[in-house]
Amino acid sequence: MMANGRRVYLGVEQVSGPLVFVTGVNGVGYGEIAEVTTSFGEVRRGRVLIIDGDTVAIQVFEGTSDISATKTKVRFAGRPLMIKVSEEMLGRVFDGTGRPLDGAPLPLSGEERDINGAAINPVSRVYPENFIQTGISAIDGMNTLIRGQKLPIFSTSGLPHNRLAAQIVKQATIPGEESEFVIVFAAMGVKHDEAAYFEETFRETGALENVVMFLNLADDPSIERTITPRVALTVAEYLAFERNKHVLVIMTDMTNYCEALREVATARGDVPTRKGYPGYLYSDLASLYERTGRVIGSDGSITQIPIVSMPNNDITHPVPDLTGYITEGQIVLDPKLDRQGIYPPISVLPSLSRLMKDGIGEGYTRGDHPNLANQLYGSYARVQQIRNIASIIGEEELSAVDKKYLKFGEFFEQEFLNQGDENRTIAETLDLGWKALGVLPVEELGRLKHEQIEKYYKAR
Amino acid sequence: MMTTNKAEKTAPTQTGTVTYINGPVVKGAGMSEANVMELVYVSDERLAGEIINLNGNVATIQVYEDTTGIKPGMPIYRSGQPLSVELAPGLVGKVFDGIARPLDLIREKQGTFIGRGVHVETIDAETKWKFTPAVKDGDTVEPGTILGAVPETPLLEHRIVVPAGIQGTVKKIAPAGEYTVTDEIAVIETDDGDHPITMLQRWPVRRVHSLKERLKPSVPLITGQRVIDILFPLAKGGTAAVPGGFGAGKTVLQHQLASWSDADLIIYIGCGERGNEMTDVLEEFPKLKDPRSGHPLMERTILIANTSNMPVTARESSIYTGVTIAEYFRDMGYNVALMADSTSRWAEAVREIAGRLEEMPVEEGFPAYLPARLAEFYERAGYGKVGPDRYGSITIIGAVSPPGGDFTEPVTQNTKRFIRTFWALDKRLAFARHFPAISWIDTYSEYIEEMADWWQQEKHIDWRRLRQQALSILARENELQKIVQIIGPDALPSDQRLILQVAALIKEGFLQQNAMDAIDRYSTPAKEVKMIELLMHYADRAKELISHGLPVYRIQEMKVNLKLLTMKQEIPDDKLEELDKIKEEMDAEFDQLGQGLAQTAQARR
Repeated sequence: MMANGRRVYLGVEQVSGPLVFVTGVNGVGYGEIAEVTTSFGEVRRGRVLIIDGDTVAIQVFEGTSDISATKTKVRFAGRPLMIKVSEEMLGRVFDGTGRPLDGAPLPLSGEERDINGAAINPVSRVYPENFIQTGISAIDGMNTLIRGQKLPIFSTSGLPHNRLAAQIVKQATIPGEESEFVIVFAAMGVKHDEAAYFEETFRETGALENVVMFLNLADDPSIERTITPRVALTVAEYLAFERNKHVLVIMTDMTNYCEALREVATARGDVPTRKGYPGYLYSDLASLYERTGRVIGSDGSITQIPIVSMPNNDITHPVPDLTGYITEGQIVLDPKLDRQGIYPPISVLPSLSRLMKDGIGEGYTRGDHPNLANQLYGSYARVQQIRNIASIIGEEELSAVDKKYLKFGEFFEQEFLNQGDENRTIAETLDLGWKALGVLPVEELGRLKHEQIEKYYKAR
Repeated sequence: MMTTNKAEKTAPTQTGTVTYINGPVVKGAGMSEANVMELVYVSDERLAGEIINLNGNVATIQVYEDTTGIKPGMPIYRSGQPLSVELAPGLVGKVFDGIARPLDLIREKQGTFIGRGVHVETIDAETKWKFTPAVKDGDTVEPGTILGAVPETPLLEHRIVVPAGIQGTVKKIAPAGEYTVTDEIAVIETDDGDHPITMLQRWPVRRVHSLKERLKPSVPLITGQRVIDILFPLAKGGTAAVPGGFGAGKTVLQHQLASWSDADLIIYIGCGERGNEMTDVLEEFPKLKDPRSGHPLMERTILIANTSNMPVTARESSIYTGVTIAEYFRDMGYNVALMADSTSRWAEAVREIAGRLEEMPVEEGFPAYLPARLAEFYERAGYGKVGPDRYGSITIIGAVSPPGGDFTEPVTQNTKRFIRTFWALDKRLAFARHFPAISWIDTYSEYIEEMADWWQQEKHIDWRRLRQQALSILARENELQKIVQIIGPDALPSDQRLILQVAALIKEGFLQQNAMDAIDRYSTPAKEVKMIELLMHYADRAKELISHGLPVYRIQEMKVNLKLLTMKQEIPDDKLEELDKIKEEMDAEFDQLGQGLAQTAQARR
């Protein structure tokens, strides 16, 4: 990979965390890739982070252990980190930097791409509006996933986010279309079991030849995680925009990625902001999440489902917080629902799909869908208020209407949300929503249109 | 501008060399003659940058493009000019990046993705515009005088105004005809010589272009959003902030305001936000029709899109580019409304650059000059005199994205000091899909007096009383809810339970407004007023019956309730007489209840 005849620098000036400082360097460009050879002959890769005169700071992906001040050799590649992309990558497993893990050699054909990509010109985008049926009522009915959307799952330890992501991968279809999804899977600092679980799921669905996996596991070098999603998204962009495929990107776990980024920032002495994360965390996350969507001149699309684990189940933690500001909504999992045995334990009120407005309704799903979703939200929000009151004054003291709301809430959680591995069509989901509203008197349904009530509402 | 013209004539020859690169921040030596804020080009790829600091012969430069591959020793070319924006016919309906490069031209040159070092002009020099003069030879003119006009779009006449610093008599004016923006359309004779005038001007973006005379904002910006127009208004020339955590609906609200406000020109700055949101506007606005003229909204809109993944430095400048364009159109005598989504991302860009310069952070990593920068920006709003007998305004609406939805953070707090309408978005309302999620408890407007006068004089409506009555019901309800949480609603006396009922109708039937519904998304002022009058009439009549002993459940069971809940989406603006019918039905129902009550009283006697 290295261009021959490039100068080798012997010895480094300073080692600080994941950073190595080399002096006396000439002709090196910002962001260039460096090859660092340790005292024991191990070759590692890194990236130029700062250039100050003839001093260069390099971020070493595999860590700086065994790097000595005098014996370490550094060679610069003369270009940023690239990866060779091709369709042959489908069905393969790579490490977090794109080196094969499955014993087979690197794909021979393909073009070299800068893993940092470039920003999609806003005028090149096509607004996403194709409904993806996931078969999950809480998503399809109330937080609809759209092809070309970035919709993260906010979760916390002990919740079934992997199962949910796997179920989406298994069930995702676009009604009326044959085209299948290609999966790009990027693991950042996840446990071996979790990676194995996904691999198993992909195998079960018989889709393994449609999956590219990039695995940086919990015991792999943490700094490497800062490039894993970039490598994965570079491949996704190639498959979507040049090979016209519909790509579903699963990235897990974004919190591990951000921690690696924080590690580098701290070593570099960046001004820390909330919880020690650097001020550019938002821009950095955006440079990943925005690599999603549809573009003019291509039939393909990239849909992202990043998994974000919220430390302490705190949605205001910088990682979920900044993610939510960039992504087009979020699916929030709730430990309380999980404890009640409800699967998927999706907390619908804080969940949101920003793109659903243009992908549902007449001509997309069904005419009553937007108002029905809106009414379910409104009524379920009322359930929460009434439950608070009931917990203090007792259920018996509630008015007749309020009691009906409690019944509605019960039905909504036990029947609409709780579906296990059932795969529901959108019509089944919407009909179930109407069935739930049937518990409530018609006067409570102010968000639905007169003709919709006539057509679908049946009091129960 | 005179200064820039002079600078052009003496293009500097000094060239610096790169010595330091840290992300978008580059330092260069050999820059002793350069000025702070000067536009420079880094390397032979000519990446645009701006000098932000000088120390001896070393300049610190923020580069507006990705610096990957930049090496020490590469050249830095000076322009001799401050970062400026080109102003001429051809801006309206276009979409630009943070340094005013047309994104469609970038796409033509580079394809789907934005590459580096692309050079495209803001204004197309080839297009010919139909110019009609408004002055004749020998006329006396001063800065602000209109020399002529060009029909830029069917909705907007582009007026060519005498630039600042030029005062004298018209020596030559072009006859009506077609001209490019660089053709000479006038010569003005002044004390210091003749000034040729073209339709193209260059204004430095960081310099304030003041109003001739600042006046008190006294006309509301009619937005068609009921909660705003009736409860928390904004004046033309005023300032507003929309803070809210993610998912609270900032962007949808900004889009609604951009769509339906009765401004002459909308400048929408997507500053560090999502790419798809800009695409949404680009696809929707040519289709959506302005409710007053029936023309596509794009004909009065300029978009500045520097999305979150585009260079952070250009995000910082996008705000200034936008407000400078606003000042230019304001000086033609227009009411310009500028939306910045989101000012927090702009503040973060400021913070990121400050961090790379190793400036001392004060609060959450922000530099000490954050409040000063915010003040500078919001103070560029205002209403006033722009020329002889001509008035114009800039209204600024800034979205704020507080981390964790916490309004005590520095950007929200410092913004609050410089704005006068504060639309606080409430996450709980958003969770219940009550949109716009403007909290009636934390929101305020400081324009009430002026707006009340306007409604009184222009529409003969006692807006102040209607607003006050509705607000006091909502405030009472908020207090009562705290008690309900403890003892339940049934334990409250009848009059208080009525408050809960009326407040629920106001919230569901009036304040909630569905941006996706073709009828509900925009209400004319006439509909807004009729609706709130109807609800207040309901409150008055119900209150009276309750005071005579009618049980509240009879009110809750009234048939008209469902009509009051759905009138917003069932009754279009051109069928407002339907609202009068609802009033008749309501009165009939109340009359019946009243008679029933009287009969029962009679029977008891």
